[in-house]
Amino acid sequence: MNPTRKRRLAIVISVVVAAAIAVGLIVFALQRNMSYLFTPSQVQEGQATQYPTFRLGGMVKAGSIQRAADTLKVSFIVVDDAGAMPVEYTGILPDLFRDNQSVIATGRMDSGRFIASEVLAKHDENYMPKELKDAMAKAHENRRIDDKATQDATP
Amino acid sequence: MIPELGQFALVLALLLAIAQGLLPIVGAWRGSAALMAVARPAAAGQGVFVFAAMAILIYAFATFDFSVAYVADNSNLALPWYYRVTAVWGAHEGSMLLWVTILNVWSVALAALSRHLPQPFVARVLGVLGLIGVGFLAFILFTSNPFVRELPMPADGGDLNPVLQDPGMTFHPPVLYMGYVGFSVAFAFSIAALLGGEMEQAWVRWARPWTNVAWAFLTMGIVAGSWWAYAELGWGGWWFWDPVENASFMPWLVGVALIHAQAVTEKRGSLPAWTVLLSLFAFSLSLLGTFLVRSGVLTSVHAFASDPRRGLYILGFLVVVIGGSLLLYAIRAPKVATGKPFAPLSRETGIMVANLLFTTAAAMVLLGTLFPLIGDALNLGRVSVGPPYFGFLFVLLMAPAVLLLPFGPYLRWGRAEGHQLTAMALRAGVAAVVCAVVAAFFAQGQLRAIAGVGGAVWVAAGTLAYVIKRWREMPRGRRYPAEMAGMLVAHAGVAIFLIGVMLSESLSVERDVRLAPGTSASIGGYDFRFDGVEETEGPNWRADEGIVTILHEGKSVGTMHPQKRTYSRGQVQTESAIDAGLFRDIYVALGEPMDPNDVQGAWALRLYHKPFVRWIWLGGLFMMAGGFFAAAERRFRAKKTAAADVPAAAPKESLA
Repeated sequence: MNPTRKRRLAIVISVVVAAAIAVGLIVFALQRNMSYLFTPSQVQEGQATQYPTFRLGGMVKAGSIQRAADTLKVSFIVVDDAGAMPVEYTGILPDLFRDNQSVIATGRMDSGRFIASEVLAKHDENYMPKELKDAMAKAHENRRIDDKATQDATP
Repeated sequence: MIPELGQFALVLALLLAIAQGLLPIVGAWRGSAALMAVARPAAAGQGVFVFAAMAILIYAFATFDFSVAYVADNSNLALPWYYRVTAVWGAHEGSMLLWVTILNVWSVALAALSRHLPQPFVARVLGVLGLIGVGFLAFILFTSNPFVRELPMPADGGDLNPVLQDPGMTFHPPVLYMGYVGFSVAFAFSIAALLGGEMEQAWVRWARPWTNVAWAFLTMGIVAGSWWAYAELGWGGWWFWDPVENASFMPWLVGVALIHAQAVTEKRGSLPAWTVLLSLFAFSLSLLGTFLVRSGVLTSVHAFASDPRRGLYILGFLVVVIGGSLLLYAIRAPKVATGKPFAPLSRETGIMVANLLFTTAAAMVLLGTLFPLIGDALNLGRVSVGPPYFGFLFVLLMAPAVLLLPFGPYLRWGRAEGHQLTAMALRAGVAAVVCAVVAAFFAQGQLRAIAGVGGAVWVAAGTLAYVIKRWREMPRGRRYPAEMAGMLVAHAGVAIFLIGVMLSESLSVERDVRLAPGTSASIGGYDFRFDGVEETEGPNWRADEGIVTILHEGKSVGTMHPQKRTYSRGQVQTESAIDAGLFRDIYVALGEPMDPNDVQGAWALRLYHKPFVRWIWLGGLFMMAGGFFAAAERRFRAKKTAAADVPAAAPKESLA
């Protein structure tokens, strides 16, 4: 091989190696940080069991918010049209957190309760995140149950 | 009647934009001076009518004209006048009008400041800007008209989102848009160059100041947004990798690559095709950002309730702009000459490596931001990508950029000399290691803080060494031309930014606590004594205002007044209290009363101690100043600078 070819080969090989490393790292980082959104009924069906942490989306059930007497621990129930999930959170809740508000909580399951590390409520009270709306519509579709919870679940 | 005038002004502006978009480009193609001469008056006319429309919308807000649906939705009688003015861009329709207004600010500035450029080139540039104007004016008129009437007229309006009732609202959106939209000028220059086949260096020299100014505005807009999120949203964070933040950050990253690539192309004639491609990308990403924010396809704190027609329109516009410009690029770009040869060790190579790092970072952010859409399309379920993805990859990509940065100024065009580089590396390296070791004693074992100090000193010492070298070697008056001063200031900004990010990220203490009146909590060497809450009132809100006394070693440092506001329409908004300092911020936010019926009882409080957090924005402001300085370079303003008149490689020492 003449020097020019050698150099070109070196360039090509280094580009390929760099690209492979980049793709590998991106896939690795994506896999570790992908976070799925489930509604309470999907969690109860067992769809979330394989994920150590995930996001739980739904409405805060009216009257379910309870505070501990001496710490910042709060518990409440997140519902969609067919399921309900008790949630525990320690810390300060967002301004818009209240009854019948759509929320997304990030956390993990622990003996039937969802332990949240972060709770988000959207800025606009009329606005429901599209992905949550879709997820709730999908959960609804799967069940084809038309029960009263729907009234709670519409904003 | 007056709002109809606003709509009429927009229609006239659209007609003028069509004239501005078509006639000068045809004129430049046919060589008709008369048609080319249409460009400037048309741009000025479009500007007048768009500014008039903007003024009329502001007037409608100022005079409580609730017969205009947009005014009724976003303001009410209790809203103070300054927030009524900013409410103009508080929602979708008005912010699109702001977009077009700022596009016209750029067009008018370009029309006024381009007398020294050849007429066909100016005609094409203004023509392209006119076409962009057509796209956005049609969008406003057909899908998001801010002047639509609502009859019967409501007695009072709705409310501006309380988050937006903040001084940050006065400057963050306009400045950010100055940057976003400013890339349309770099884009127009590139398209004009492709259309005209002028792939010589001259057009890049003309484009450079505009690109630098746009990038500087974008930097300022992002800094302002970051500061606002920190101060107003009550989260205490300064960056969240939120889709809308990413939308402004991607053009910024590509912009960094672009302003450096332009320097190579202008000085050496190398990489012209890459420079053109980057300016197409920068503008496309700006448009994509608009699409992401407006269409509501992604879950974001900024999301507006949306109308699918709008998303579809912008998507279509995006396809036309990106597809059309890439097609033009594919047809025209290969004709480009390739400039002077350069050795593997040269400034060209250095800038190329940096360019690759920055564009890869932009691609990585793009992938993470769009991943929910991709996941949806591939039926992977409702997925989103968490901040650690961005944090991990971004740090990984930027670490080599930081490592290479001090070498930049020392690298010569064409072929660099190794011994200068090693001498600099030795000095800066020793300084970095010494400072990192000293920092280790204060950093409480936080590796990130130590690495941050080391990295920042490395960049700062390398940059300073170059400042000293120039001072010694060059005669007075020629030491720091504007362009080089800009580069040095911006690079110093990187060092400041690094200190801010690494120290505040690793050494911050954040605690949510429950405090009864009279009790206190202690973080970061400060005692926070909660002295209860008082009621207070503003123009359209009432609030519980906490009284928190800060004590340091038993002495009172100050009293802070965080608020929990309730606006007249019932929305609740946290106003944090910040005691700012160059070396630390103390940040207090009120949570909620532990017993909603007893506001005089215990409250949840959020207490932060954040060392060096101001340096993040200070660094950003340095980078911004660098952009403005560089744009002031005398060479860019020189009249009659045909490429041939000026020695293509300015003196060897001169700088990118």
